[in-house]
Amino acid sequence: MIDPQDIVSALASAGFTHVVWIPDSHLGRWEAAILASRLSLIRVCREGEAVGVAMGLILGGAKPVVVIQCTGFFEAGDAIRNAVYDLKLPLKLIIGVRSAQAARRGATTDNCPYFTEKVVTAWELPHTHFDPTTATAADTQRELQSLAHQPFAAAILWAE
Amino acid sequence: MMTHREALEVVIPHRRDQVVVTTMGSVAIWSQLSDSPLDFHYLPSSMGQGVALGLGLCLAQGTNSRGVIVFTGDGGLLMNLGCLVTVAQYRVPLYILLIDNGLYEVTGGQPVAGARRTNFAALARAAGIPRVYECRERHEWAIVAEEALHGDGPVFVWLQVQGELGKVTPTAPRPMAEQIARLQQAWR
Repeated sequence: MIDPQDIVSALASAGFTHVVWIPDSHLGRWEAAILASRLSLIRVCREGEAVGVAMGLILGGAKPVVVIQCTGFFEAGDAIRNAVYDLKLPLKLIIGVRSAQAARRGATTDNCPYFTEKVVTAWELPHTHFDPTTATAADTQRELQSLAHQPFAAAILWAE
Repeated sequence: MMTHREALEVVIPHRRDQVVVTTMGSVAIWSQLSDSPLDFHYLPSSMGQGVALGLGLCLAQGTNSRGVIVFTGDGGLLMNLGCLVTVAQYRVPLYILLIDNGLYEVTGGQPVAGARRTNFAALARAAGIPRVYECRERHEWAIVAEEALHGDGPVFVWLQVQGELGKVTPTAPRPMAEQIARLQQAWR
């Protein structure tokens, strides 16, 4: 499993300035490393709101990344639609896919992995899949650099 | 009780170089009162995200932020009440002006949940917003506007206005892409 420190270093070196998030039990392990980095951590109350804050940050010239669990991504649909298709902003998301690793082993009945793929596709959001259990620090850096430098909105589906 | 238009007219002489973010019913009125590149008519919108967007603009500029005024409606704020708690975490020049008409005005005037019973000023104070004002009459708002729209933020102003029926869904005076380009050029 890639170390949170390596993930946060990769986020910072990719040029992100702010992490707007609601943590889950997987993503929450990044917190100490984020707080120790030059990234600004913005805590919000719901995931649609995270997108709203990110919209303002982008309009103001910052480079935020929204970090949320897939359940919150489902909830945030209208805000994402608005940011990506009305305002046409290069919104960047890391979406933690709950139970994705267990689903690959056939060891869960959680429907989150199934619906995350469906919903991301429905929103026509360019996305990649990332498995932190097999990735190296260099893989992580490449993945986050690629996310940061897309000129349009994009997401990483982060297997939890 | 003041009208929606009166509530916005009071802001005009006190607005300096702040960005003004308008939502829903305020779009049509503010665009008749001001045509600054620092006006951002958040339309089309995701209802309830105006305050969050304003906070993001403030945070993007850090301690040098010129300040952001957000006009939000009661229906929109109720969709995202947690934003008051989020905003209260930061010392930023964000001035939230709540236009409370008790109605979903452009959908035909149906009352919002808790119409005219919800104490939005108390909600803002309880969320931890340090400066909160409440006004029902134009002269009350005119007296406190200069103080409310400047200085340390965040600030929350609860403006109770008359509900008006027959309003149509507003449209922004410019396409979104043009608005964003104007804002970003003026912002630098």
